[in-house]
Amino acid sequence: MAAATHIPATERAVLIGSRIFTTLVFIFLIAPIFVVVPLSLTAGQLLVFPLPGLSLQWYREFFTSPLWTGALANSVFVALVTTVAATTLGTTAALGLHGARFRFKPILVALLVTPIAVPVVIIAVSAFYFFASINLVGTYLGLILAHIALALPFVVITVSATLQSFDPNLPRAAASLGASPLRTLRTVTLPIIAPGVASGAVFAFVTSFDELVIALFLTSPQQRTLPRQIFSGVSENISPTITAAAVVLLIVSVLLMLVMEWLRARSQRLRNPLETA
Amino acid sequence: MSMAATSHEMAAAPVPRAASLAAQVGAAERRHLWRMLALLAPSVLFTAFFFVVPLALFMFRSVDNPEVSGYLPQTAAVMQAWSGKGEPDEAAFAALAADLRAIRDTPALGLIGRRLNYALPGFRGLLTKTARRLPAADDGATKAAFLAIDEKWRDPAIWGVLHQQSGRLTSFYLLTALDLEKSPEGEIRRVAPEQRIFIDLYGRTLTVSLGVTALCLLIGYPVAAVMSRAGPRAASWMLMLVLVPFWTSLLVRSTAWVILLQNEGLVNKSLIALGLIDQPLALIFNRAGVFIAMVHVLLPYAILPIYSVMKGISGNHLRAAASLGAPPLRVFRTVYLPLTLPGLAAGGTLVFVLSVGFYVTPALVGGPGDQMIGYFIAYFTNSAVNWGLASALGALLLLVVAAIYLALGKLVGFDRLRVR
Repeated sequence: MAAATHIPATERAVLIGSRIFTTLVFIFLIAPIFVVVPLSLTAGQLLVFPLPGLSLQWYREFFTSPLWTGALANSVFVALVTTVAATTLGTTAALGLHGARFRFKPILVALLVTPIAVPVVIIAVSAFYFFASINLVGTYLGLILAHIALALPFVVITVSATLQSFDPNLPRAAASLGASPLRTLRTVTLPIIAPGVASGAVFAFVTSFDELVIALFLTSPQQRTLPRQIFSGVSENISPTITAAAVVLLIVSVLLMLVMEWLRARSQRLRNPLETA
Repeated sequence: MSMAATSHEMAAAPVPRAASLAAQVGAAERRHLWRMLALLAPSVLFTAFFFVVPLALFMFRSVDNPEVSGYLPQTAAVMQAWSGKGEPDEAAFAALAADLRAIRDTPALGLIGRRLNYALPGFRGLLTKTARRLPAADDGATKAAFLAIDEKWRDPAIWGVLHQQSGRLTSFYLLTALDLEKSPEGEIRRVAPEQRIFIDLYGRTLTVSLGVTALCLLIGYPVAAVMSRAGPRAASWMLMLVLVPFWTSLLVRSTAWVILLQNEGLVNKSLIALGLIDQPLALIFNRAGVFIAMVHVLLPYAILPIYSVMKGISGNHLRAAASLGAPPLRVFRTVYLPLTLPGLAAGGTLVFVLSVGFYVTPALVGGPGDQMIGYFIAYFTNSAVNWGLASALGALLLLVVAAIYLALGKLVGFDRLRVR
């Protein structure tokens, strides 16, 4: 920025002004999210500043009350099953889309990605209407099936993007050396696209773990998930336990984001090994 | 080992003629295609069965009309043949009496009552009352008996409803969702002013969505510009600051705003402590709260596409314009803004499409007058149990979203969408 001295005053004012504005916007983006962290550590009963003192009492409440531990267990269970199923289905679909050219391919692509474009309240109400007729409302299976449908497009998109930079000569080389298609997939293709598959899995997990609207329609109290438990708490009366639960969700989100960024950096390094020194 | 075996086989095989080679290649390609289709099949079938089928069935509900023809079959048949003009004859009353006798002591009476009540408030009561006092058998004076039970049976509106709703399909829910109705004569007209609620709802949904979109673009544009001009280290830090809210659950962020914006919340307390206000501002359960929280939730969706476009713009264009003597404002207006327009279009489309379908955030931070179309879809499903109307509202919302995608979808790219 050696040229900065030659910038006229008005332009410098714009530059400084836009930096101040940007800082304020970042505060607006980040501060409200992290304000729940100190509140969850309050020694008092109310969600107000200044804190009367620090305490882990609300985390103790969160991790001992069956209402919250049950919700956490449900969320983890549903998200894990959704992740495994959506990742398997989505990866095979992406491989199929990548490997074949046929006339109806754009239609299949559109079909597979449309669920993300439809407002989730419509998906939730439709699933409720349909599942009520086949007795899947108020079951784990119903919730998981709806979550898989919602998460599947993310896996298809992420794995497809990875496959686009995948060298098609590698499986040919494997085949010419006599490897069966299955062996080529297992020993050549999958290891190379693994970061993409892992990103898809992270997306699938987060989609299910944070999902609220479908859970509101499809779960009975027995399958209530963490977001549902938080939502009913917020709509009635916010206790500090809710902020502890929100912090748990927040930690999971930030961890998954870091995993995602690490995977992205890793796959970029694999793609252009010379670029990052 | 397998490699050696294969090359041995290949060496030993006779050289094929061109035609049979082509056939072999064709067969191999077909085998490959079938293998790929087999990989695709599970996902396609899953999505078809657990996404397309439920959506299609739910959408069909907006025109589906099984109640009258199902529960009052004889009446429906007579009504289909009837002109709809004047008073119906004895046969219509007799058919209705027969139908009511058949369902008198079953739950069907309540269901058909609820369905007809949507079209004409008070119909349910009339039907239950009539069914209870119905004469035991037909004596050729059913019409007189009905009129003795209630004079309302003379009302053309009653019979107009039965006439219009006797078909297997109905336009009733879609018309209702547009604040329209059919007069007893079959003309489409607007409902009475005090019943016009849905046009207001769409106006509110559009106002909030457009307002949120405009705010996100206005705030996001300079932020993306600063990010795109920062050094690589600073840029990656700033990107992280955008990604953290992007990844944080919508529910956590809405909850945080509920806590912050309360009368005793941090925002009001800080403003009072700073001496800026005396009384707490009403920031929650109103439109202001909806705007604040929705802009917070959707801002990353505006910043990210604008940033990715700006990052690709070479500084040379700007320097060239400046070296030709263009003042900074003119460089911005004639060079930078047009170059960044694709990012603005993508971000704007994305934010708008996401906000028209919003449900959770307005439900938590908005008041009764701030709820958008998504809330009413949920309301008519859960509380009012009016599937037809929920479906009609859903169909209209889906239509808007689909139209935007068909018109502008290429700008957006599906991979940027993450609605939670």
